Amino acid sequence: MTVMDPTLEEVKRRAEEREVLLDLENVSLSFGGVKAITNISFNIKKGEIRAIIGPNGAGKTSMLNVINGFYQPQEGVITFNGEKRSSMKPHLAVSQGIARTFQNVALFKGMSTLDNIMAGRATRMKRNMFWQMLYWGPAQREEIEHRKKVEEIIDFLEIQHIRRTPVGTLPYGLQKRVELARALAMEPELLLLDEPMAGMNLEEKEDMSRFILDVNDQLGTTIALIEHDMGVVMDLSDRVVVLDYGRKIADGVPEEVQSNQEVIDAYLGLSH
Amino acid sequence: MFYRTSGQFKTTYESDQALFPIKQDMFLLVVILAIMYAIFPMFASEFTYKALLVPVLIYSLASLGLNILTGYAGQLSLGTAGFMGVGAYACYKITTIFPEMNIIIALFLSGFFSAAVGVAFGLPSLRIKGFYLAIATLASQFFLVWLFEKWAWLYNYNASGAIEVRTMDIFGLVVTGPTASPMVQYYFVLGIVSVVTFAMINVTRGRYGRTWKAVRDMDIAAELVGINLMRAKLSAFAVSSYIVGIAGALMVFFWKGAAEPNLFDIPMSFQIVFIAIIGGLGSVMGNFLGAILIVALPVVLGLLPELLGLTIGSATMEHVNVMVVGSLIIMFLIVEPHGLARFWALIREKLIIWPFPH
Ligand SMILES: Nc1ncnc2c1ncn2[C@@H]1O[C@H](COP(=O)(O)OP(=O)(O)OP(=O)(O)O)[C@@H](O)[C@H]1O
Ligand SMILES: [Mg+2]
Repeated sequence: MTVMDPTLEEVKRRAEEREVLLDLENVSLSFGGVKAITNISFNIKKGEIRAIIGPNGAGKTSMLNVINGFYQPQEGVITFNGEKRSSMKPHLAVSQGIARTFQNVALFKGMSTLDNIMAGRATRMKRNMFWQMLYWGPAQREEIEHRKKVEEIIDFLEIQHIRRTPVGTLPYGLQKRVELARALAMEPELLLLDEPMAGMNLEEKEDMSRFILDVNDQLGTTIALIEHDMGVVMDLSDRVVVLDYGRKIADGVPEEVQSNQEVIDAYLGLSH
Repeated sequence: MFYRTSGQFKTTYESDQALFPIKQDMFLLVVILAIMYAIFPMFASEFTYKALLVPVLIYSLASLGLNILTGYAGQLSLGTAGFMGVGAYACYKITTIFPEMNIIIALFLSGFFSAAVGVAFGLPSLRIKGFYLAIATLASQFFLVWLFEKWAWLYNYNASGAIEVRTMDIFGLVVTGPTASPMVQYYFVLGIVSVVTFAMINVTRGRYGRTWKAVRDMDIAAELVGINLMRAKLSAFAVSSYIVGIAGALMVFFWKGAAEPNLFDIPMSFQIVFIAIIGGLGSVMGNFLGAILIVALPVVLGLLPELLGLTIGSATMEHVNVMVVGSLIIMFLIVEPHGLARFWALIREKLIIWPFPH
């Protein structure tokens, strides 16, 4: 290698320079008596890949659900793009540019790959019922305009061959890819990925890692990534936040987090 | 061989999204339309119109309406007949209050009344799903039939409590009432059913169709791609009830000529649910296949003994009929639970790759 790996200091400085996209301050969420998230603060900066890791039940998914308005935190302040949030609903999060994928694939099973991805553009299509009934004319023009965008995503994720296949019949790995495609069709500013590689074999994981990097690189999308595979996390992410029992136990660049004693303990604790 | 797709390449998204990506489908449609519009009227008797063609078309339309709601948007409904009644009574009142109004306009206006009532009874769908929603729509069914009976204004205070369609014409051509020619009425119904079907084919393949199917397949995910669940569900109730209402108005004005409230009771709701399920939920064409099986087949079977020179009592024949149609329904559901439309899709796929099945 002729290029030297950047030093830890340089990596940290680069992360510092970026603008904050999403900021969470003292956020707490509980379900009845169960405290899923306790007083957590961290931020996500524009253009970075931010990993959220932690043992099972640590509160990672709950964190994403708070970010995209699916759950209302009981306490805390959330600022997105400089704007303080009052109350949040998922469709509002979508209109602000937040898209996500799910830990358990949540596709529209009876629809084709193409229709699933087109559904990601639902909020951008406007032609009313009258034009829809006629089809030819404005409705068709709109349909084709969005189809072009969707085809770009299909090419990007290399899923041309399953365009017309009902997604319910696809293998798991491809379903995860279609779900990513649907989220990308929303042209998000912030993309939340909940374990996009769970249950994949090595080759599929490598493909998915490449897609995530490409999305971040080529489209400039900011990504929050939940992942259990430490190798993947260390390779992909710019910064990592570590949760355990609903609390934040570490936050920093991968090298820092990796050598943090509390993190090591939390993960070792798992194997007991 | 019939369904060869070789040499048919798509070079634009327009052609890829075309209604009939394969030429043979287009050909088939033209043949069907030619039969419906030209061949049938050359041979059909009054009986054929009144007992077969017109009923099949009207039930297909009602089933298409239900299919929008249940097959596409995933909202169960057992209240179809009630909404048909709203359409019929609305049309009756509109033509009473505005006697000069063209019946086509009155018909399309009455759809708005059933759509409004459908949306009102669709409100519970925002909170409840599945069987619970079905029960709620069943309640609407009871309520509406009760209303048709008790609200005398609806039937112009007739002593009989029934609505009777008077003679109306379009530019001098009599289309309703006892003197209307069955052929004219058939063409009228066929025209309306064609237009609505065409519109719904377009709507279901466009953004509304995708929105509805998304809500049907996974409402949480639909919400998280930005779909407004309330709007999606209520628009399905509106469009569905609009079509169902028109079907109800057609039934009374262009087929039966008169109606009592109990026409719109539960048995007809169930019959339309059967048609939609047998035909195929989430399909436009399936409604027609389902209506042929459930509405036309019993009539044809009833004619058979006479044609074959057999003497079977009509009561016996009725029993035979129920048995035959019943077992056909069960057989079709076992062979293809997704309905006749899927059955046809599979045959079509086989024809496309024939004669090399692998
Ligand atoms: N809707 C809910 N109702 C009640 N408790 C919940 C709910 N959602 C999450 N929890 C609880 O909150 C805690 C955190 O759950 P969460 O799903 O966020 O964990 P996670 O870090 O995503 O775990 P995993 O790695 O297994 O996906 C768990 O104790 C869980 O039981
Ligand atoms: Mg989780």
